[in-house]
Amino acid sequence: MEYKKAHVVSVNEIAPSIYDMLLKAPTISAQAKPGQFICLYSNDSAHLLPRPISICEVFGEHVRLVFRIAGYGTRELSAKKTGDEVTVLGPIGNGYPEIPKDKTVTVVGGGIGIPPMLYLARKLYENGNELNIVLGYRDAGLFLKDAFAGYGKIFVATDDGSVGFHGNVVGLIEAEKLPVETVCACGPMPMLKGLSAYTEANGGTAFISLEERMACGIGACLGCITKTKETDGHSHVRNARICTEGPVFDSKVLDFTGGKR
Amino acid sequence: MNTSVNLAGVTLKNPVLTASGTFGSGMEFSRFVDLNKLGGVVTKGVSVVPWEGNATPRVAETASGMLNAIGLQNPGIDVFLSRDLPFLKPFNTAKIVNVCGHTEEEYLGAVERLNDSIADILEINISCPNVKAGGITFGTDPVMVEKITKAIKNISRKPVFMKLSPNVTDITEIARAAEAGGADGISLINTLMGMKIDIQRRKCLLANKTGGLSGPAIKPVAVRMVYQVSKCVSVPLIGMGGIASAEDAIEFMMAGATAVSVGTANFRNPRVTEEIVSGIETFMRENHIDDIREIIGCVE
Repeated sequence: MEYKKAHVVSVNEIAPSIYDMLLKAPTISAQAKPGQFICLYSNDSAHLLPRPISICEVFGEHVRLVFRIAGYGTRELSAKKTGDEVTVLGPIGNGYPEIPKDKTVTVVGGGIGIPPMLYLARKLYENGNELNIVLGYRDAGLFLKDAFAGYGKIFVATDDGSVGFHGNVVGLIEAEKLPVETVCACGPMPMLKGLSAYTEANGGTAFISLEERMACGIGACLGCITKTKETDGHSHVRNARICTEGPVFDSKVLDFTGGKR
Repeated sequence: MNTSVNLAGVTLKNPVLTASGTFGSGMEFSRFVDLNKLGGVVTKGVSVVPWEGNATPRVAETASGMLNAIGLQNPGIDVFLSRDLPFLKPFNTAKIVNVCGHTEEEYLGAVERLNDSIADILEINISCPNVKAGGITFGTDPVMVEKITKAIKNISRKPVFMKLSPNVTDITEIARAAEAGGADGISLINTLMGMKIDIQRRKCLLANKTGGLSGPAIKPVAVRMVYQVSKCVSVPLIGMGGIASAEDAIEFMMAGATAVSVGTANFRNPRVTEEIVSGIETFMRENHIDDIREIIGCVE
C-alpha cells in the first residue's frame, strides 16, 4: 500500500454518468489483487475524505477504474484530463480469495459493482477456472459487458427488461440453474443479501464485496465496519473493518441483521 | 532550537500529538509515519469492557469537515493492555491513553488498570457526543466534571487530562471545574454535535442521526475556546480541532496550548503529523524562535 500522486492517462464516459479512468500507478498495479480498491483524494481540501473506488483492471503500470458520478468527488474525478495528478492510496483490502482451478465459478456484478469483476474474471480465466459471468444492469446501457468476452459464458439481466433476463441477477441464476458452489459478487447490498441467501440455501459459498462510507481507509478510524456473527481478532466485538478484513467476505461470516439479533 | 514542551511533568520532544480516535493506537499509521518523530500518540478511547459502537453509516463528509458517530467502539482494556500498549512500547514517543466510560465506576475501572502500565498520561473523555450514557453527559455539567475528576485523581498514579466538550454555553466554567477537581491538564475540544440529512431519502445520513463535527470547519471555535480556557486556568492545555498544518498548530499554541493533537487531517494525508512536526521547525527557523515555549499563550 502506498500514498502518492498518480498520473491520469485518460478519462472517458462509457455510459451516462459512468466513467472509465486510466491511471499510471506502477506500485499499485504491481501489487493489486482482484477485489481490492484504492482511495482517491479531492484536490479541494474542503472535501477531505478519500473516495474508495474498486480496481477494474490492471495492465502493466496502469490501473483502470470505472466509476459512477455519485457526488462532488467522483464529479471532480470525471473532469480530470490527461496528465493531471491525483493523490491515491492503495491497493487496499483483502481482495477475492484464490480459488482452485477445477472449480466452476459464478461471477456476479450488479450495476457499479460490475467493474471489479472484470479483473477477477480475467484472473480466474487465466487460472483455468470455468466461469459463468452474470451482469445486472438498470437498462440497455451495458457498460463493460464486451470486456468480459472470452472469459466465460455471459448472462445479462436488466431491471427494465430491455436486454436479457427481465429481473435481478438472482432470478437469472435461478432461471438458468447456474451453479452456485462458488460465487464471487459485487453490487448493491439488496442484491448481495439475496444472492448470499440463495447461494447458502443451495450449499454454496458466496464471496461478496461490501462498500461503506470510509474515513481513513487503513483500518484505524473504525468508520467502515460490517457486523459479523462472531467476534474477530482485531475488534474483539462483532465488527469487521471493510477496508482491512474486507471488502470481500464469505457471506456466512456476516450478520445481515446489522447485529440486531 | 528547542521544540520540546512539558505536559504536567512529562517531556514531549515536540508538541505534536495524534487526536484520540483518529489514529487507533498507531499501528495502522506506522507504515506512513515514523512514530518516533511525534511528541506523543494519543490512543483511541478505551473502556473497561469491549464496546461495539454504533451502526453504520458512521461517517459523513461535510464542508471542510466530517461528522462521525463511531460510538467509541473499542476492544476493552484487557486487549488494549496486552496488544496496543506493547506495540507502542518500543517507540520513543509519549503514550497518552484516552479513557471512556458510561459510569464513574467504568472510568475508574479502566484508570486503575492503567496505573501499572507504560502510559505516560491519561486523557479522560467526558465529551463524546455519540454515546447514550457517559461521555458528554459528564462533560456538560460542572458539578459532575469536578466530581469525576476528583474521583479519577484519587486513584490515578498518572497525570490526568480531562477532555472537554465544546457543546456547552461556557467552556471556562467546565475548565475551571476540571482544574478544581485536580486535573493535571485539559484537552480541548472534542467534536461539535451536528447532523446531515440526505434530502433524496429524507433521512439522516448517519445511522446515529447526530454525530460529532471535526476538521478545519471547527478550527476557529476550537482556537477561541483554547484561548478563553488558557486565560482562566493554570494547568497545561492540549489544543485540537481542525489542525491540518504547522500553521494551524502554531495558532493553537499562540492561543495557549502547550501541545496540539492532529485528528481528522490524518484521513486526508496519513503522513500529516510528521509533516506538521517538520513544518513547526521550519516556522521556528524562519521566525528566529529558539524555543517553542516562547509562543505558548503569547497572544494577549
